Amino acid sequence: MNQLIYLDNAATTALHPEVFQRMQPYFTEIYGNPSSIYSFSGKAKKAIEEARCEVAAFLGAKENEIYFTGGGSESDNWAIKATAFAYRNKGNHIITSKIEHHAVLHTCEYLEKLGFEVSYIDVDEDGVIKLEELKAAIRPTTILISVMFANNEIGTIQPIKEIGEIAKEHKILFHTDAVQAYGHLPIDVNEMNIDMLSASGHKINGPKGVGIMYLRNGVRMGSFVHGGAQERNRRAGTHNTPGIVGFGAATKLAKETMEERAEYEKNLRDYLMERVMKEIPYVKLNGHSTLRLPNNANFSFRFIEGESLLIMLDQKGICASSGSACTSGSLDPSHVLLSIGLPHEIAHGSLRITLSKETTREEIDFVVEELKKIIERLRSMSPLYDDFLKEQSQK
Amino acid sequence: MYSEKVMDHFTNPRNVGEMEEPSGVGTVGNAKCGDIMRMYLDIDENGVIQEAKFKTFGCGAAIATSSMATELVTGKTVQQALEVTNKAVMEALDGLPPVKVHCSLLAEEAIHAALWDYAQKNHIEIQGLKPPVEDIEETEAYHEMAEE
Repeated sequence: MNQLIYLDNAATTALHPEVFQRMQPYFTEIYGNPSSIYSFSGKAKKAIEEARCEVAAFLGAKENEIYFTGGGSESDNWAIKATAFAYRNKGNHIITSKIEHHAVLHTCEYLEKLGFEVSYIDVDEDGVIKLEELKAAIRPTTILISVMFANNEIGTIQPIKEIGEIAKEHKILFHTDAVQAYGHLPIDVNEMNIDMLSASGHKINGPKGVGIMYLRNGVRMGSFVHGGAQERNRRAGTHNTPGIVGFGAATKLAKETMEERAEYEKNLRDYLMERVMKEIPYVKLNGHSTLRLPNNANFSFRFIEGESLLIMLDQKGICASSGSACTSGSLDPSHVLLSIGLPHEIAHGSLRITLSKETTREEIDFVVEELKKIIERLRSMSPLYDDFLKEQSQK
Repeated sequence: MYSEKVMDHFTNPRNVGEMEEPSGVGTVGNAKCGDIMRMYLDIDENGVIQEAKFKTFGCGAAIATSSMATELVTGKTVQQALEVTNKAVMEALDGLPPVKVHCSLLAEEAIHAALWDYAQKNHIEIQGLKPPVEDIEETEAYHEMAEE
């Protein structure tokens, strides 16, 4: 099997050759520590500030509101923990959603052990947060609302602007995990009243191990990684110059190509969804039909289990992912799929396909044909399918 | 992550299917955990398993262990089939990743459940055979495994 059909771009993306080219000199030639005083390091420092400009421009933020971190998970941890500690005199209550990434959920659970209180807001069957429930959860002690921009599994885009307004009205800080949205959807931190935002480089054809945190000027917040004076004393550690340069270059490229890319991915994704929904029986589309990331499709195939499906796709050179328990190492399927109301057995049979601008129509056709065969084969082995057919024939 | 043998039994599972009139049939596991195995046994008048078939909803390991279990019990007497433990199934597959060991327990349970059904239908007692449990986590073997 020589061919590789990579349809797991929500997991990670390929580094863009142009981004790689921009990064290269900062590994071997311009290796000076950006914090050093001599002019040799000045080039590295300048490159970092240029990258910061690109990021600020994409978000509609000021340059001194952008902080480079070690990735999306670090940014999420920083935003939530540091806000909790900085504002603990004001209150101990945090509001988030049930479908957040584990970087947010597990951080909130950790804070609960330290005495903070967390409200986890429900989502509807499409995965959209229930705004009325969110409003009702607000207390005088609420210090932070953290809701993701778009969901990593089902692709649903949240009403960020509305949540920002609610937060502003109640003078509560608003953080959004925008790891899946950054570079894929337009974001304006002022228009959307976002106080803090996390993003990651490797989801936008940038390098792994580098992320950003947008932190609105005036938000009182301490350091997360203590040490040197890098990043305005807020994030210690020698700058990852090549990574930061790559982040900036990837942001620039993503910004330039966003509209066209989203259109291309959305058309191809819709074609995939249409074919799957029409040609494969007993399938459900997970996530919102239109308010979703342009490259995301998520299906549940009844009577089969996701890991078997992934292995069989892998044998055909197709990379995708699933919310099945077997792929997570636990007994429960994805918390996101359970939160949108899927019964366990249907959540186990989920498949996430995330496209890129490199994905072709031929690849999608191949995937649909293979899916049809694999699903039929797995169903022919499934006792659940037998039982279902027997029930049907008795009706 | 899987051994070659597991991949072989997953890709080309042996004895997939149903039986019209099995001597014994047992279904174990639950859809909530993502694994259901149904095993059918055809047992002759001498108490020898002539044929075994299965249907499984589950991961690669669940399908492979079902397939291997049917191979291991075929040709054995009812009493010998009881000795096809989860460890035997696992060894025959050259091992399973730690998170998948419960699949082999499910295979053992499926054999026992089918044998129990056979014993009930024929009003016989099979020495050492216990009634099947609803939940795999209630079995002694599962607890032993969890303790290890």
